[in-house]
Amino acid sequence: MIAIFAFYLFATLTIASAVAVIFARNPVHSVLWLIMAFFNAAGLMLILGAEFIAMLLVIVYVGAVAVLFLFIVMMLNIDFAQLRSGFTRNLPFGLLVALVLLAEIIVAVSAWKAGPVTGNVQPAEVTQPNIEAIGELLYTRFLFPFEIAGLILLVAMIGAIVLTHRSRGDVRGQKVWRQVDRRPDEAIKLEQPAVGEGVKL
Amino acid sequence: MIGLTHYLAVAAILFTLGVLGIFLNRRNIILMLMAIELILLAVNINLVAFSAFLGDLVGQVFAMFVLTVAAAEAAIGLAILVIFFRRRGSIAVDDVNRMRG
Repeated sequence: MIAIFAFYLFATLTIASAVAVIFARNPVHSVLWLIMAFFNAAGLMLILGAEFIAMLLVIVYVGAVAVLFLFIVMMLNIDFAQLRSGFTRNLPFGLLVALVLLAEIIVAVSAWKAGPVTGNVQPAEVTQPNIEAIGELLYTRFLFPFEIAGLILLVAMIGAIVLTHRSRGDVRGQKVWRQVDRRPDEAIKLEQPAVGEGVKL
Repeated sequence: MIGLTHYLAVAAILFTLGVLGIFLNRRNIILMLMAIELILLAVNINLVAFSAFLGDLVGQVFAMFVLTVAAAEAAIGLAILVIFFRRRGSIAVDDVNRMRG
């Protein structure tokens, strides 16, 4: 009973948040609704017993991706009202495409339910926690794809830094080698200036 | 009882909302990126639902890979957005004609 209630709660909130992401006037609100959608999707996955993916969703999506979006939206000074100008013009066509797509997906799902695509597979007996099972799978059968995923993340990180980095010519940075190379005999000079004259630097 | 079809319906609606978001916010590239995140979330829900109902953990492993690629895509996309904004002072998709595409 509580599982059914939780499913409908999470599902409704996920979809409502997704609607709010699209239709919010302020992009900051959009990002916040996106975070809400991710949290509720994580709840859905918890009900399914996929604890690892649920936690990953919260950590990676909410903690990294959504915060990145928030940073960008707030950092760039963008006139969002002007960007929304095509909204009502695109609405009928967009709704049409969306409805066709939804109908197609529903037809596909009902076709899948009707046909003998899969047998009646009974879920395997749970013998170990979800995280342990996924870890065992990741480090044995999927070791190579796992390493490739790490490589993709490395490339994305370096790529983002290289893309956004710019070397500015107008800054005066510290020159460490000149500080290290200083000797007392060239750094200190004793002068005895005459009266009425300054010291030449 | 909650079956696989319920989860598939949620994922389908979420996917459709993502596509709708891309179509509606044709000029705001940040919202388009967010809509892509919604689509990938729908894909993840599908993968995890099938994995749970078929008793096969491979679906969850692939959901993790999808998550990885989504994070990389968001990072690179936003980096490109930042340098584009720095050059042009706007993020309207209509202005993206640097490469004469």
